[in-house]
Amino acid sequence: MKQYLSFFRIRFIAGLQYRAAAWAGISTQFAWGGMTLLMFWAFYQNGENSFPMSFPELSSYIWLQQALLAMFMAWFFDQEIFESITSGGIAYELCRPCDLYGMWFVKNMAVRLSRVLLRCVPILLVAAFLPEPFGIKLPPDGLSALLFLVSTVLGFLVLVSFSMLIYISAFYTISPMGIRILATSVTEFFTGALIPIPFFPEALQPVIYALPFASMQNTPFLIYTGHIGGAEALGSMAVQLLWLFALVLTGRLLMRRALKKVVVQGG
Amino acid sequence: MIELRNINKTFKVAKRNAGFSEAVKALFKKDYTYIHALRDVSFTIGDGEMVGYIGPNGAGKSSTIKIMSGILTPDSGECVINGRTPWKERVSHVREIGVVFGQRSQLWWDVPVIDSFELIRDIYKVEEGQYKKTLSGLIELLDIGEIVKTPARQLSLGQRMRCEIAASLLHSPKILFLDEPTIGLDAVSKIAVREFIKTINRENKTTVILTTHDMQDIEALTERIILIGRGRILLDGSLSALKSRNSSHKTLRVDYVGEGLPASEQMTVIKDLNGHGEMLIDTDRLSVSEAISYISSRVEIKDLSVVGETIDETVVSLYKEFEI
Repeated sequence: MKQYLSFFRIRFIAGLQYRAAAWAGISTQFAWGGMTLLMFWAFYQNGENSFPMSFPELSSYIWLQQALLAMFMAWFFDQEIFESITSGGIAYELCRPCDLYGMWFVKNMAVRLSRVLLRCVPILLVAAFLPEPFGIKLPPDGLSALLFLVSTVLGFLVLVSFSMLIYISAFYTISPMGIRILATSVTEFFTGALIPIPFFPEALQPVIYALPFASMQNTPFLIYTGHIGGAEALGSMAVQLLWLFALVLTGRLLMRRALKKVVVQGG
Repeated sequence: MIELRNINKTFKVAKRNAGFSEAVKALFKKDYTYIHALRDVSFTIGDGEMVGYIGPNGAGKSSTIKIMSGILTPDSGECVINGRTPWKERVSHVREIGVVFGQRSQLWWDVPVIDSFELIRDIYKVEEGQYKKTLSGLIELLDIGEIVKTPARQLSLGQRMRCEIAASLLHSPKILFLDEPTIGLDAVSKIAVREFIKTINRENKTTVILTTHDMQDIEALTERIILIGRGRILLDGSLSALKSRNSSHKTLRVDYVGEGLPASEQMTVIKDLNGHGEMLIDTDRLSVSEAISYISSRVEIKDLSVVGETIDETVVSLYKEFEI
């Protein structure tokens, strides 16, 4: 366990070095969040009742999304891992007495968390002081807040275990670019990063909720806004847990298979 | 104790000819060729030995090292290191080995070297007291006290290599694999690295297996060499055995003032131009000193060097001998 912690620490510290990138990220995310809200605002002028979420709920959803972007962004990958596979630096990692899956998982978590830590506080603070109904509001009750926290952790783990599959695919394809682009666009769409999942067509919703992507950022955000609560929230969290197990299991199996036939290229 | 028996490894390589139409064809049907990286490789290395593993590029050196460090699984054959098969019990095996790949880095790029060391300490679960002791020993021997506080990205190649070697010894491994540890280093760093390797082999009884293209490395470090070419072990023995092989001829390079180089039955002139010449001596019939005194009796020698066969030339002649 201690090795994972130190591993986490070294990546985390390295991630905290990039402060200019964080400021750039914060301003981009503000602009993006603001634009999204204004666009929805224009639609909402036609009558709020025709939409699945109330506007304040939507505002909270969008600002959470922006604040926690670094944590949940599906298009972000640790270039170091891909490089270690394609360039053969993985040779060293395989010479360590540890489990490669666990190491990469922790590395991924650390990079994302160090980024989110630098970004989320300013965004949330400013968003909290925006005028009604554009600001972020507190969750409806303490229970929702608690469930939100647990569900965020679960959603984060589901996302990381999914991106592990993309990393592992690099063992099989030599150039991971193709799968990366495909996976990125699919995940972006189905996680609700482009449009919150409740806005998808009725008929499509059961399909989307059956996919692992809905268990990433969508579940905790809906719990926070009070869109789902109580038993429904607990049910969604059970689904999150299920996907976490399934994805980790698949990842580990694929990795074990890949390492059996791994060819370290060059030199 | 390292034991390899009849290790074979084949790589599948996709091939196509140049050109657009060939590229389109390759979309549907790929042609593969099989490269036999290792064929029936067998050797045994005892505890505390220092062995030079040499051969030209593509001979199979790195593949062997990768198999011995558990990264690569061979197609067939047995490999037992300290009672374990590396690729089957990777985690417990790597705990006892240290590896330096001269062309890759294990230090984290953007943090001070000492942070990387501490991470490695935690990965190997080295006990704190032991770690401090090993570290201070390594720092002193490798003279890296000042540079460990610098981020790895700001180190020169020589400094980085010394840190890499220290990093792979923090967990006091019983076996150390060095894959081209002196590649790209200047003379001073090379000597420092060699001295260090000698010291740990002598004092800690660490088994060292070293691959290199640098003959000086081999001459300075190892008594025993294993020569590999095209995936086969060509020779396993002492360095002098390798040198004496195919050395019935030597070339003398001479700068002289005089009429021209004298030829005889035992020595032929290969080249003779404007006072620079080369002569081939059959050392079975004429010793080098006899040849020199014979030449100096005829011309005034200004400079003279004896050119032995380089390791690569030996390998090439061994290729011919084994008809591979």
